[in-house]
Amino acid sequence: MSKKLKKRIQRTATGAVVYLVGIFCSLFLSDHFSNILVLAVYLAAYVIIGGDVVKKAIKNLGNRRILDENFLMTIATIGAFFVGEYQEGVAVMLFYQVGECFQSYAVNRSRKSIAALMDIRPDYANVLRKGQAEEVTPEEVEVGETILIKPGERIPLDGIVTKGSSILDTRALTGESLPRDVAEGEAIASGCVNLSGVLEVQTTKRFQESTVARILDLVENAGSKKAEAEHFITKFSRYYTPFVVCCAVLLSLLPPLLLGGSWTEWIYRALSFLVISCPCALVISIPLSFFGGLGGAGKEGILIKGSNYLEALAATQTVVMDKTGTLTQGIFRVTKICPQREGITSEELLEIAACVEGCSNHPVSKSLHQVCDKEVDRTRLQNVEELAGQGMSAILAGRKVYVGNGRLMKHLGLQPTEAGEVGTIVHISREGEYLGYILIADEIKSDAKSAVEQLKAVGIQKIVMLTGDRKEVAEQVAKQLGIHQVYAELLPEDKVRLVEQLLKEKTQEKKLVFVGDGMNDAPVLARADIGIAMGGLGCDAAIEAADVVIMTDEPSKIIKAIQISKKTLTIVKQNIVFAIGIKLLILLLAALGAAGMWAAVFADVGVAVIAILNAMRAMKVR
Amino acid sequence: MKKTYLLEDLDCAHCAEKMEKEVGKLEGVSDSRVTFLTQKLVIEVEDDKADKITKEIKKIVKKFEPDVEVVEK
Repeated sequence: MSKKLKKRIQRTATGAVVYLVGIFCSLFLSDHFSNILVLAVYLAAYVIIGGDVVKKAIKNLGNRRILDENFLMTIATIGAFFVGEYQEGVAVMLFYQVGECFQSYAVNRSRKSIAALMDIRPDYANVLRKGQAEEVTPEEVEVGETILIKPGERIPLDGIVTKGSSILDTRALTGESLPRDVAEGEAIASGCVNLSGVLEVQTTKRFQESTVARILDLVENAGSKKAEAEHFITKFSRYYTPFVVCCAVLLSLLPPLLLGGSWTEWIYRALSFLVISCPCALVISIPLSFFGGLGGAGKEGILIKGSNYLEALAATQTVVMDKTGTLTQGIFRVTKICPQREGITSEELLEIAACVEGCSNHPVSKSLHQVCDKEVDRTRLQNVEELAGQGMSAILAGRKVYVGNGRLMKHLGLQPTEAGEVGTIVHISREGEYLGYILIADEIKSDAKSAVEQLKAVGIQKIVMLTGDRKEVAEQVAKQLGIHQVYAELLPEDKVRLVEQLLKEKTQEKKLVFVGDGMNDAPVLARADIGIAMGGLGCDAAIEAADVVIMTDEPSKIIKAIQISKKTLTIVKQNIVFAIGIKLLILLLAALGAAGMWAAVFADVGVAVIAILNAMRAMKVR
Repeated sequence: MKKTYLLEDLDCAHCAEKMEKEVGKLEGVSDSRVTFLTQKLVIEVEDDKADKITKEIKKIVKKFEPDVEVVEK
């Protein structure tokens, strides 16, 4: 609690006691002299409780700001004194102050929780200079210097581990609770927490360009890209206050003049109007809801660059996804080994392929080596020849071996098995005999299928997959995932063209989301209504180009983002309807004389507090 | 150039909006954004006007909320 707020509470409480004394006096004393005494006590209570409000009001008047909250409250309460409602005048001010304290407290609390979400800033770095560890601010460390990170410390700068191994807690960046292993030679991102061993890291970036600084910058500026709903509130409040004040003036003048009503009665009703005329509940709670939503998403490892994107996500109608790296791992792996001849084991087949392909740098040969646990013995290998577009040949342990595609086998006059599966197929033959094949494919991510199903479940009407990959591979993947619309063999510019076409097919209100891996999809990410980049950790291009960055590699986070967006918008709508509804209702009742100033104060600060509490819900993510 | 200010004890969301608007009207300022929740004012200002602008911003902020402390970051 801030000092200012504490003082305010103390003052309000003191005033409340004096006010109670006043009520007590008025109950037991009724002669003329004590009436003046009671008035004096009420006035004292009023000054203690509302003195600062009146002071601010006068100051604002000097700055020609008459429609300010303080001024309106002052007019309303002093007005109440003049129409003889002393008790009510003090009570309304008291109630207003209590509400303001609550409001201040709620705002402070939400500010703190938001600050806690952004609490990933490293305070210092231990840099090794001349063999000594020196504690400096992260900004002072140059690229290429070596920093020391002890267990429990936050990694201050991006870099590469040069010594030691450890486990990293990446939760602050990715929302992923499973710790990550790191060893020598691996790149690590700032913002993670070192859990076990001591690490020496050579920095690769200055602090300003490091992951943690970029993320902080992104999160802090997210609030400045305002949503439609926020613009609506700004516009609404611009007209609302003057409108209500005008109504108040008319209400105090017209009925007594035209209908001969009592002046006190109508002025009192008009004063209630003034109390309700502040749009505070909306002005605070709507941005707060969006902030809560952005913060909640951040906790899940989903960085959204602005309230406008958070708002737009709820209107998603079309989801266009890139295949490689988004729905699939983007890494080739041996998925099947099929010996087709008796006496040949899987291990043998793999060993031959790995041995012969060992000389090549092709991703296929890399994936062969990953699974082949035997040390490849190159000395047994002779006359290695690359057959362009077909494969390789060599003499292995004195026997002629061919490793390559189906075309090569047919060229050799052999009958390779038609695998009927998708991926790269490596056939192997030895001494004119067909031995079998190995299937190498890009694996589909474990949560991709459920992600597609859930997208359908949340009402996404169109799911499209784009890829630069071969048609049969694309169709096979799409079939497994349950995606019906597939475009394959696309160049980057084809993707842009297709997305533009899809944008034309939908209505303006509905949104098109493109999900890519951020490496080479920048133009498409920019063209779509909302561009989502996957695997943002350590990829600057993705953070630059996209509107939403998913820090983990999981496509299921797309649904999470849409859900958070929908929940936030529900809260925003609730607050708008609730705040405006209550205000209009009390305005109506006050005009009819059925609601007094008490109700009016509730419509002002009470509604604001409730709306703020409701807005805080947006931060909680299931 | 971009300048960031911290508006400590910013209490009134409505005033924050008005500050943003008035700061935006200052000479040399091309963009002004106040974020109520992070209590931040970010402006885009012409380089040669940057030194003097802080004083004018303080004046505007004080006008709307006298209790707010303006800290340049």
